[in-house]
Amino acid sequence: MTVASSSPPSRLPLRRAEEATSKLKIRKGRGAGDDGALAAVFIAPALFGFLVFLLWPTLRGVYLSFTRFNLLTPAEWVGLDNYDRMIRDPVFWHSLAVTVEYVVINIGVQTVAALAIAVLLQRLTQSAVLRGIVLTPYLMSNVVAGIVWLWILDTQMGIGNEILQGLGFDRVPFLADDTWAIPTIALINVWRHVGYTALLLFAGLQAIPNDMYEAARVDGASEWRMFWRITMPLLRPVLAVVLIMTVIGSFQVFDTVAVTTAGGPANATNVLQYYIYGAAFGRFQFGYASAMSVALLVVLSVITIVQYRLTRAGQTDLG
Amino acid sequence: MVAMTTATPSVRRVRRVRRGPTPGRAMAWTVMGLIVLITLLPFYWILRTALSSNAALAGDPANPLPVDFTLGGFERALGLQSAEEAIARGGAGDGLVFWRYLLNSVLLSTLITVCQVFFSAMAAYAFARLKWRGRDKVFGLFLAGLMVPTIFTLLPNFVLIKQLGLVDTLLGIALPTMFMTPFAVFFLRQFFMNVPREVEEAALLDGAGKVRIFFRVLLPMAATPIVTLAVLTYITSWNDYFWPLMVSYSDSSRVLTVALATFRAQTPQTGTDWSGLMAATLIAAIPMLVLFGLFARRIVSSIGFTGVK
Repeated sequence: MTVASSSPPSRLPLRRAEEATSKLKIRKGRGAGDDGALAAVFIAPALFGFLVFLLWPTLRGVYLSFTRFNLLTPAEWVGLDNYDRMIRDPVFWHSLAVTVEYVVINIGVQTVAALAIAVLLQRLTQSAVLRGIVLTPYLMSNVVAGIVWLWILDTQMGIGNEILQGLGFDRVPFLADDTWAIPTIALINVWRHVGYTALLLFAGLQAIPNDMYEAARVDGASEWRMFWRITMPLLRPVLAVVLIMTVIGSFQVFDTVAVTTAGGPANATNVLQYYIYGAAFGRFQFGYASAMSVALLVVLSVITIVQYRLTRAGQTDLG
Repeated sequence: MVAMTTATPSVRRVRRVRRGPTPGRAMAWTVMGLIVLITLLPFYWILRTALSSNAALAGDPANPLPVDFTLGGFERALGLQSAEEAIARGGAGDGLVFWRYLLNSVLLSTLITVCQVFFSAMAAYAFARLKWRGRDKVFGLFLAGLMVPTIFTLLPNFVLIKQLGLVDTLLGIALPTMFMTPFAVFFLRQFFMNVPREVEEAALLDGAGKVRIFFRVLLPMAATPIVTLAVLTYITSWNDYFWPLMVSYSDSSRVLTVALATFRAQTPQTGTDWSGLMAATLIAAIPMLVLFGLFARRIVSSIGFTGVK
């Protein structure tokens, strides 16, 4: 095979020229051409993993959602039955609502807190130690985080409730009360993830030229004003991407619920993923569970697309 | 597109803010202090509770120090106490052999990390540095894989693992993430793309083949991003709960996260064994804290973005 035929399309003339010269050199040195065979070897394991454990399951998941399947007997095609059932299932709608409530609280608090931490880290100190400290909860598993906060917030013996009482408030059964349970779980996960999100935003802040702050300061701008006029507009694209990532992650809440409340009290924390798990492994309704997964996939896709559009829109006014 | 990058944030250490105490700065530091407190307090509380005895805990819940200091919690978590003694001390009778789960967690996370990072690096090299037909299309497919939420593939993957007869094995838990994640491929490709072409050419002129270049030149150059990716992969697989919960049924493949949740669910007659539970929690968390301690600086400065476009 000739060298020229293997050239990937490149858009920049400069780059093309560079590649042309580099190819000449390579030809002189080794007589190497298309790397097809070698590439096949290098890509084989990853491609195998991709096809078998990502692409195939995705297609199979969609297929299973149209079947009745309990793992023991072969899947039986039932058309839209699962979707029909889902639409009529009040528990499904309830768990979707609970999930949305969780996501709104989790993302709302986490984004504001992460932004505050990132800005403090940037404007107050660049300390790597502080950045490390902020990241430590991210090293814990959701299971550990759930158990620890379960203990801290314990109604009888938890230090959290002791402090509340010390401050003159009533004790709150954080995880045993149906209004408090979801906000509590959302905040536990904020605790675990906020440092990571803050570091992503912090990296975005590092890209804002320091001159802009200095110029603003010369003009007598306050920190508050600089935040709204410089930091926010310039950070917006990064913020939007971080939001897309965290929302997708947030919709998949499971571990913390499983460890702290197990969906209770009375379905109050029966988030979608927990309900799906129960349908599949509690009742062996794999078809129905798959249909609900498809629904979750659709919700996430719509959110991603909408957010992505908003990101694009947000970029035009950066100037 | 988003990617984490290995580029250290530009090292501009010009003082950004005028020094000197102003009310605003004092307030900002107070907020920062509060954040640090909320971040770290739970860690201290784990330690304090783990070193307390269950019987005394109830009487003195707000004591900042361990109450009735004992290592009993750790002994129960590690299965070193006899059943009678464990029950007497407020634990569940059947001891959990945390050593076993610790070993399982180490084996699983190591297997996933080594394979995933290595195979992803190979693929990343092929995407970034080799010329072959269809490269951009295949890479586009990988990128699309980033969009598929993990939950979606879990049920079908479970069915597959079951059909392969690998349920309740560490291999069954490892397989789906052993060969790659789209993120890992993307992350390393980004690095290989930025290695100057001259480096490769010099090696080619010296008569090295492309395989040799990958192992002898590019892999060593990529040490920093590879270590970062490896540590993040290790933390992720160590902390994973949902998938191991689906696949593992017995001690032979049970990992720490699953064991912890089981330990938590075993309610002894006297109420939750908080001391034992916190000791177990600490045992599960310490390896990650040590790992992070070793690589903290590198990781902290390499979590960032390139090409947010």
